[in-house]
Amino acid sequence: MDVAAMAARFTELLGADGVITDPVRLRTYDCDGLTYHRATPGIVVLPDDAEQVAAIVRECVAAGVPYVARGSGTGLSGGALPRTDGVLIVTSRMRRILEIDIDNERAVVEPGVINLDVSRAVRPHGYYYAPDPSSQQICSIGGNVAENSGGAHCLKYGFTAHHVLACEIVTPEGEIVTLHDWPGYDLLGTFIGAEGTLGITTKITVRLTRLPETVQTLLAAFESMEAGGAAVSAIIGAGVVPAAIEMMDALSIEAAEAAVQCGYPPGAGAVLIVELDGPAAEVEEQFAEVERLCREAGSFEIRIAADDTARALIWTGRKSAFAAVGRISPAYIVQDGVIPRTALAQVLARIDELSRGSGVRVANVFHAGDGNLHPLVLFDDGEPGAGERAEEVSGQILDLCIEHGGSITGEHGVGVDKSRYMPRMFTDTDLDTMQMVRCAFDPAGLCNPGKIFPTPRLCGEVPGVRKGVHPLVASGQAEQF
Amino acid sequence: MTTSSKALGEVCADVRPGDADDAVQGVAPEHVAAPATVEEASELMRVAAEHGLAVVARGAGTRMDWGAPPRRCDLLVDTRGLDRVIEHAAGDLVVKVEAGLPLHRLSETLEASGQRLALDLPLEGSTVGGTLATAAAGPLRLRYGTPRDLLIGVTVIRADGAVARAGGKVVKNVAGYDLGKLVTGSYGTLGLIVEAAFRLHPLPRGRAFVTARTAGATAAGEVVRGVLHSAIVPSAIEVDAPADGPVTVGVLVEGSPSGVTARADAAAALLGPGAEVGEAVPSWWGRGLAGEILIELRVKPTDLPRVLDIAAGAEARGSAGSGAWQIALPADAGARRVAEVLEAARDLGHAVVLTAPPELREGLDMWGPVPALGLMRRVKDQFDPEHRLSPGRFAGGIC
Repeated sequence: MDVAAMAARFTELLGADGVITDPVRLRTYDCDGLTYHRATPGIVVLPDDAEQVAAIVRECVAAGVPYVARGSGTGLSGGALPRTDGVLIVTSRMRRILEIDIDNERAVVEPGVINLDVSRAVRPHGYYYAPDPSSQQICSIGGNVAENSGGAHCLKYGFTAHHVLACEIVTPEGEIVTLHDWPGYDLLGTFIGAEGTLGITTKITVRLTRLPETVQTLLAAFESMEAGGAAVSAIIGAGVVPAAIEMMDALSIEAAEAAVQCGYPPGAGAVLIVELDGPAAEVEEQFAEVERLCREAGSFEIRIAADDTARALIWTGRKSAFAAVGRISPAYIVQDGVIPRTALAQVLARIDELSRGSGVRVANVFHAGDGNLHPLVLFDDGEPGAGERAEEVSGQILDLCIEHGGSITGEHGVGVDKSRYMPRMFTDTDLDTMQMVRCAFDPAGLCNPGKIFPTPRLCGEVPGVRKGVHPLVASGQAEQF
Repeated sequence: MTTSSKALGEVCADVRPGDADDAVQGVAPEHVAAPATVEEASELMRVAAEHGLAVVARGAGTRMDWGAPPRRCDLLVDTRGLDRVIEHAAGDLVVKVEAGLPLHRLSETLEASGQRLALDLPLEGSTVGGTLATAAAGPLRLRYGTPRDLLIGVTVIRADGAVARAGGKVVKNVAGYDLGKLVTGSYGTLGLIVEAAFRLHPLPRGRAFVTARTAGATAAGEVVRGVLHSAIVPSAIEVDAPADGPVTVGVLVEGSPSGVTARADAAAALLGPGAEVGEAVPSWWGRGLAGEILIELRVKPTDLPRVLDIAAGAEARGSAGSGAWQIALPADAGARRVAEVLEAARDLGHAVVLTAPPELREGLDMWGPVPALGLMRRVKDQFDPEHRLSPGRFAGGIC
């Protein structure tokens, strides 16, 4: 069925202002945070509540039309990339905080609620919502659920999956159900991080965390990444669980300096940001230890944030790093890979080799505590072939992560961007097994199709060796990479 | 020798006929096999598939009386031979083990490096696989969560014998579906868990238990509320309410020795003048209740007084800060009393009968209303289309 023909029915369901068909307005939804994949959606709908989402999904299922959900569109793997032949369901009108229950340390929110707004709402009570992706000022809780978002502080506090107690969802067949981790199967944990392929969340019960008594932050400058890495190992080895440990290399420091004048120590080959939080006495004690370990690892300058303003200044450089790289390079790829933290020095040396060998510059920013690397692969998009070379280096970095027993994504998700790398990390059997979950939730394969999996299994098909063109490919419902 | 026993014997060295001691809630298995490797386990599952055998997994067997009896049990897979620590990457705070490893042995290995898997051991001898399959957790859940929250990678043998992995051995990883969470708490109905990787934590350098008897349910509720909303950052807040005894609140504080002292004092002040502070684990702490009728509850933390009210005359113990409770009733409590407890508990949240004498089970709704049961059935149908894995053991009679 032609998507445009669904407009009348959607207008009946949502009212005229809940349906977008104007080509110019549709184009504003053609990508998420991963801008080099673009597809203008066939139609955009803006539901107000779960019943409307369910009605939309049922219409799509009846018509055999694919649909994609989108929160704020800040995802970095194309998880919310629309389908030209499909419906984009945008949750931006579902922004109510429905309940705040401080006594039970929880809140119930709609999927379009902005991450930071949850913390803002409960801060007066001495609480906050712990997952803090760097896009937290604009990203939505529904999107966080889809991506199992973390943030700089997930080293200590965990990811979205650890902070969500229940999700009401619209299943891929248009039914409204609530998922828990108990009793029965933990479908909640299965749903979170499934990148919107198992349904659309319409109501989320989040766990609230008590604000720490104290927060202490330091910035330590090192001559080399090796020295910085050694400090990280020493801190973790001492049994300290910092709220965050972030590391930047010389190139990313240079970029941040150019962009926001963060005033990091000149001549640093690496800077480390370490944040501790918790009960005051213990934070103070451990903070002194961290400071000592940094000095022992060769830090030539340590700055301690005396107050929130100083802390914000320390974080400014780190938080602006991605965007700042735009100052020193016309274009760049933000990579997201994970390695066992202890392999850091080895992997950095290999990335350096790759960079020198190919002439492609790589700036390194990462969550050092959990081995989550964000290499920024720089290139000049005006130069023929440069994008391809950067893409190749970027892929080789992922191979390095896999080689060291890590992952192809720590927090940005697979989406459309990395589905082709999935077979490097998982066997066909692993992927087929994951697809069983997909088939249980979404037998028709209409819910955010073409994401995560390189070759979707047709539900009902027996797993095993595939011959000929995949039926979903033949029917135009999926692409293979 | 039957065809199936011959075929099983060809792929696994340790296969024997099942006897009465192997019975799972009265259902004796025809065969018992103890694979020594993941490959053997995979071959066993493949042979079981070929011969249409119903399979039940057993670790240390500490919770075989939980859930419903299997409708059939042709092959019992004893996982205790799969007991290796595959890799302990101390510097990465990660461990990968085989599923038959007892948790206490894992703890010993980790302690040597000053680390721990932040899970309690409510029942002596439990294996990693059994703990995952039943999602069993204790007091530390308040700070560290339950097994699903610490599991970072899993290897499962599917009903058809295929070996499937998900997750990995790094803490931060969002590649692919989190099958580890799916199989955690699935009672062996989706596949045989053979390997697991966990995130570890440093062993705290100091700890203190602060306990106090309270004047009753309401007082206990006030005390728990006070601790939960304080800056003490407790690792656990527990309540123990014996059938006729006083209600005791216990708080676990962990951290650096000096910090712990200060926070324990703060907790003691909140618990009242009778509070005791000590390093020794209170005798009741984190122990699963031993009643013949055992009910597990999940409610809101503020429901504490109502839970104790529902349990009046019976034993209740729970992680009050998280709202996870057990109520134990004696075998002679009577079906009506059990039904009353369940009804009242289900008004507050979810309540499941973990175990009960066979004669009582018939008349009881063991699982109660299970939201999204339809989806669960479809997941089961995908993973085990012939319904051969722990048939009938699980929620809503998933078979």
